[in-house]
Amino acid sequence: MADERFDVVVVGAGPAGAAAALVAARGGLKVALIERGEYPGAKNTFGGVLYRKQIEQLIPEFWKTAPLERTIVEQRLWLLARESTVSVSFRDDRFINPPNCWTGQRSKFDQWFAAQAEAAGGVPIYETGVTDVVVEDGKVVGVITDREDGELRANVVIIADGVNSLLGKRLQAHREWQPDQVSLAVKEVIALPKEKIQDRFNLDKNEGCTIELVGETMGMAGLGFLYTNTDTLSLGVGVMVSDLKRLKVKPYEVLNGLKQHPMVRRLIDGGEVKEYAGHLIPEGGFTAMPPLAGDGWMICGDAAQMVNAVHREGTNLAVESGRLAGEAAIQAHFAEDYTSASLQEYATAVRKSIIHKDLKKYKGLHGLLSFPDSDKLFGQLPQAVNDALFDFLSVDGAPKRDKQKLAFRKLEKVAGGRMDLVRMALKGWRAMNG
Amino acid sequence: MEGDERMSKAIEEKLYLIRYKADDKSHLIIRNQDACLNCPTKECNFFCPADVYEWDAEGNVTTVAYENCIECGTCRLACPAYNIEWVYPKGGHGITYRFG
Repeated sequence: MADERFDVVVVGAGPAGAAAALVAARGGLKVALIERGEYPGAKNTFGGVLYRKQIEQLIPEFWKTAPLERTIVEQRLWLLARESTVSVSFRDDRFINPPNCWTGQRSKFDQWFAAQAEAAGGVPIYETGVTDVVVEDGKVVGVITDREDGELRANVVIIADGVNSLLGKRLQAHREWQPDQVSLAVKEVIALPKEKIQDRFNLDKNEGCTIELVGETMGMAGLGFLYTNTDTLSLGVGVMVSDLKRLKVKPYEVLNGLKQHPMVRRLIDGGEVKEYAGHLIPEGGFTAMPPLAGDGWMICGDAAQMVNAVHREGTNLAVESGRLAGEAAIQAHFAEDYTSASLQEYATAVRKSIIHKDLKKYKGLHGLLSFPDSDKLFGQLPQAVNDALFDFLSVDGAPKRDKQKLAFRKLEKVAGGRMDLVRMALKGWRAMNG
Repeated sequence: MEGDERMSKAIEEKLYLIRYKADDKSHLIIRNQDACLNCPTKECNFFCPADVYEWDAEGNVTTVAYENCIECGTCRLACPAYNIEWVYPKGGHGITYRFG
């Protein structure tokens, strides 16, 4: 291993790493793609939605060959209270052709995606952990793996080792994430016959539906999700780690609670749990993004906090950042300049991309998610909205005018007063439009 | 109902669904057991999604069932004393998701 020299070493064969390796290999560079799992995706999990746009830029019409689950035609948002839900949904057949997004499974998709990088000439080095970077004269010149004689030299190291980026930390690209910058998501994959899924969610053969769940997370900042796959459902919940610490709640108990919720229970009824998974999600957003490049290195995807939690986008941002890093590596190769100045091209490209623009838009969100606002937004408010609607829609002899007054009073009470309700709405608006 | 019973699995049953290839050496090390002894909250007993950590009151130690670890990294960031030395399991070891 020690004698082999690469132009680029990519650490991590998730979507960011595989995209970077694919682009660099296509550009004629000698690329190694290192993955610690048995296969790419073996360690990965996500809510479950893959978007077309960013992958299509690399592989046109990939959906004709890639392992995908259902084409999402309907997206629902449920505001959950203890026994009820306020539901908002949008369905449009224009989401079918061309598809906007699909549900997917990472162990299958990531393997397929990394195989595209291999086909382009990337050298797969799987079942191999990277324990450190090799730094000489302040420049990254390679990595150390946990294989015997496992040093690998390269002009550029692309770090795509996920949310627990020990390499990013080692390079001091970022300080340790704080518990309020990450959420912990746990998920179950639940098998259910195709026909049952289609009937329960009102879907045709390959159509899919997603439901985002707000509320019923014990007042912790977090979101649940229930997505339809071909013959399984993905049900999960992610809550802020700082809140888990504060409340001393086991994350899988929040999930078990959701499974018992009357609105969720009837959708998963009779299903068989096939897998349990857990993963951290970067939630720090714009302000938590580390410097993206230095002498001999670039950092992509989750390792660089590139997740848009509002729109459940992360895998697509990872692919985008990987592509941009791959392109920067090609430029650096032909300029024979691997210094920080040269690789800043990547940081500049990210700044011009959707990653930067979207994360910047929501940069205030992080502040909104902290306790006690989180308790209001994810606990009391969903309950109050549900209660208000229950009253409003109950025909019990009380005049509608009184019911409306009562409904507003319920919301005001949660906020702490009418002015506080306005203040909360403004704060929310600013957080979403930073 | 039978379906419901199957759905509310205990954590042991949940973990049983994951394929593990455990290393014979732990990748999770408690740096200093005295820090655990003096830790008033013992949060690691709660926030871990795989119940890896448990305070053993008789032995005055935090026990570490690293074989159950699903490699999320929560304990690395969430231990109030940063008392857990966290590295990835050796390449090819640890969990392998079939769905992910």
